[in-house]
Amino acid sequence: MSPTATKSKNPLSPKDRIKVPRQLMPEQPAEARAHNFEEVNLGYSAELAQQEALRCLECAKPTCTDNCPVGIDVKEFVSRIVIGDFLGAAAKIREANVLPAITGRVCPQEDQCEGKCLLSKKVKPLGIGYLERFVADYEQPMGGNVVPSAPPTGNKVAVVGSGPSGLTVAGDLIQKGHKVRVFEALHEIGGVLVYGIPEFRLPKQIVREQIEYMRKMGVEFETDVVVGRTVTIDELLEEEGYDAIYIGTGAGLPQFMNVPGEHLNGVYSANEFLTRINLMKAYKFPVYDEPMLDLKGKSVAVIGGGNTALDAIRCALRLGAGKAYVIYRRSEAEMPARAEEVHHAQQEGIDFQMLTAPVEFLSDGKGWLTSARCVRMELGEPDSSGRRRPVPKAGSEFNLPLSVAIIAIGTSANPIVQSTTPGLGTNKSGYIQASEEKQRTTRKGVFAGGDIVTGAATVILAMGAGRRAATSIHEYLTTDEW
Amino acid sequence: MFKIIHAQFLAPGIKRFVIEAPRIARKQKPGQFVMLRIYEEGERIPVTIENSDPEKGTINIVVQSAGKTTNLLNALETGDSILDVVGPLGKPSEIANYGTAVVVGGGVGTAMAFPTASALKRAGNRVISIVGARNKELVILEKEMRAVSDALLITTDDGSYADKGFVTDKVRQLIENGTRIDLVVAVGPIVMMKAVSELTRKENIHTVVSLNPIMIDGTGMCGGCRVLIDGKSEFACVDGPEFDGHKVNFEVLVQRNAMYRDAERQSMEEFQSLQKADAEESARQGDQR
Repeated sequence: MSPTATKSKNPLSPKDRIKVPRQLMPEQPAEARAHNFEEVNLGYSAELAQQEALRCLECAKPTCTDNCPVGIDVKEFVSRIVIGDFLGAAAKIREANVLPAITGRVCPQEDQCEGKCLLSKKVKPLGIGYLERFVADYEQPMGGNVVPSAPPTGNKVAVVGSGPSGLTVAGDLIQKGHKVRVFEALHEIGGVLVYGIPEFRLPKQIVREQIEYMRKMGVEFETDVVVGRTVTIDELLEEEGYDAIYIGTGAGLPQFMNVPGEHLNGVYSANEFLTRINLMKAYKFPVYDEPMLDLKGKSVAVIGGGNTALDAIRCALRLGAGKAYVIYRRSEAEMPARAEEVHHAQQEGIDFQMLTAPVEFLSDGKGWLTSARCVRMELGEPDSSGRRRPVPKAGSEFNLPLSVAIIAIGTSANPIVQSTTPGLGTNKSGYIQASEEKQRTTRKGVFAGGDIVTGAATVILAMGAGRRAATSIHEYLTTDEW
Repeated sequence: MFKIIHAQFLAPGIKRFVIEAPRIARKQKPGQFVMLRIYEEGERIPVTIENSDPEKGTINIVVQSAGKTTNLLNALETGDSILDVVGPLGKPSEIANYGTAVVVGGGVGTAMAFPTASALKRAGNRVISIVGARNKELVILEKEMRAVSDALLITTDDGSYADKGFVTDKVRQLIENGTRIDLVVAVGPIVMMKAVSELTRKENIHTVVSLNPIMIDGTGMCGGCRVLIDGKSEFACVDGPEFDGHKVNFEVLVQRNAMYRDAERQSMEEFQSLQKADAEESARQGDQR
């Protein structure tokens, strides 16, 4: 049956659907949440979800699905919400996405499904992300729909890294009957979902539940294994009998600006700052042993304009920072961070210093940061990224007093797997070469995807790569063709 | 969980653990380390691998009590387990036949110097080892170091054993005596590594030091272990831990290692007062019985 032949379950005419306003996401008040780590968005109730679902125009050719990196059948899952079949909606999403409670929270929907929603030509787009989150959260206490797996194929697949792309590969392949073992370098499963994204945007309990669900599906996990050091790719293939390997080791080491004073005490990389807080729970010191600098009443700035930058500065605010700045060298329009995060940060009182860049970090003479020497910028001609290049304004230098500065200007490739796997091709920046459609590396039976191939991107793009890789790995395992 | 097969003090406050970790044991090379965490609320700390036995699937680590975590670790006994042990991490030492190699171990750093000395010996080098400690009791691995060295020189700060003085005195003497030295490897306290590097810089002797900055993940993700090498940021966990001693900015290393001194002191004080309360509690219970 073709989708257009399905009779609509929506009682409203398309004209009336447009009249329904987009349902607002209930959220913690900004004044309260700026001082706690609890989730900002509280989630739709069933009533709000059903009301929002009514707005879907049920397009004959749904551009939302075309624009979803994992290809979720949005129209169908939303129509199931309309009739109150929430578990059915969750099952529909799970066909394409093993981590709906996570993507429903962290996807940049405005650039993807919602960005192409037909409604957005006239009114606000359908709240697809909010609806996805609602059904995933609704399903969770019911124990989740455990998708039945195909009969065992006898093939073994090793997944390196338990971040969003690795988990997607594992979830997809276990359903096809392959045996899957995920190796994680850290002591907790989830990669960037546990060390990077803070509790107030993605509660760790949600991640643990999704992992539990995957264990129920039969996925095996082994922590404390740094592939390339503890065991090599070749050993996994030759000695441990894996038939295929997926490398999803994620973003690597933080980049620095190479300006004077970056080594001062008080200057953090965003990765370190966030890892201390999210993975090591330094904000609960001394109950947890990992320490961090006391931010109470201090001036803290993050340098950068991406989601990582906003996550870091919003953590700093919650840890009591007296002043919290975002210093970004372009303007708000060029910020790569999600619009919702920028909006939330503004509500919470973060001070956005746009078109500004630090040129030097200054100290008290004893090795501790006291201020950043900054310069104002203006936008010039477009650069290679298509965005207008920031150019320093002459004579605009000023001093910003700071106790802590967090550098969030991107990452470079982690070299461990590449340097210990002969024949694994890399590009000039050190990222692993993988074909776009099949995610194949230059080594037979070895696939790669996510940030270790593309450089730092988003959770959903990494999951999209994982999806393609899983299809391609299944094809390789069943045909042995390379 | 990683089982402790054997635990034994080598010196007051310095304990050796033989740990069941078959994957790590197979792969460990001189110069590498592990990260470990002993309980759920615990921090991750880098620890020296002294040796490994791939056949038995065990690694030996050597730990010196300093703060809360190392004190808790050194309270563990044979039969206990460690929650997380991950490694072997860092680049292995570059082992080749250089000619004459001087391997300097200061304090607990001797445990990390030992496998390197041993590998350099096997590679055909003439190995002169220098081991230094504060006093006689703290000299560790003397027998092991002697077995892999053509000559072993020992110093104690207070002269309670062997020669009174510092390891740098021995390095200086070797240079002054005209001993041809092709490589110096120094592992131990930062002041020692810095002093050795300054001595050898004048003589243009290639010098390798093993750095111990604060680390969190240890696997090339967080960047907490950045060190300043030749004016550029490098990461001890993936670019090191061994670096050219003549290029290391030791002042920055000292400064960054002091970043959490207040928190470390607080942890240690709370730990000690808890220990004291525990001891009093068990004494009281003893009285009642």
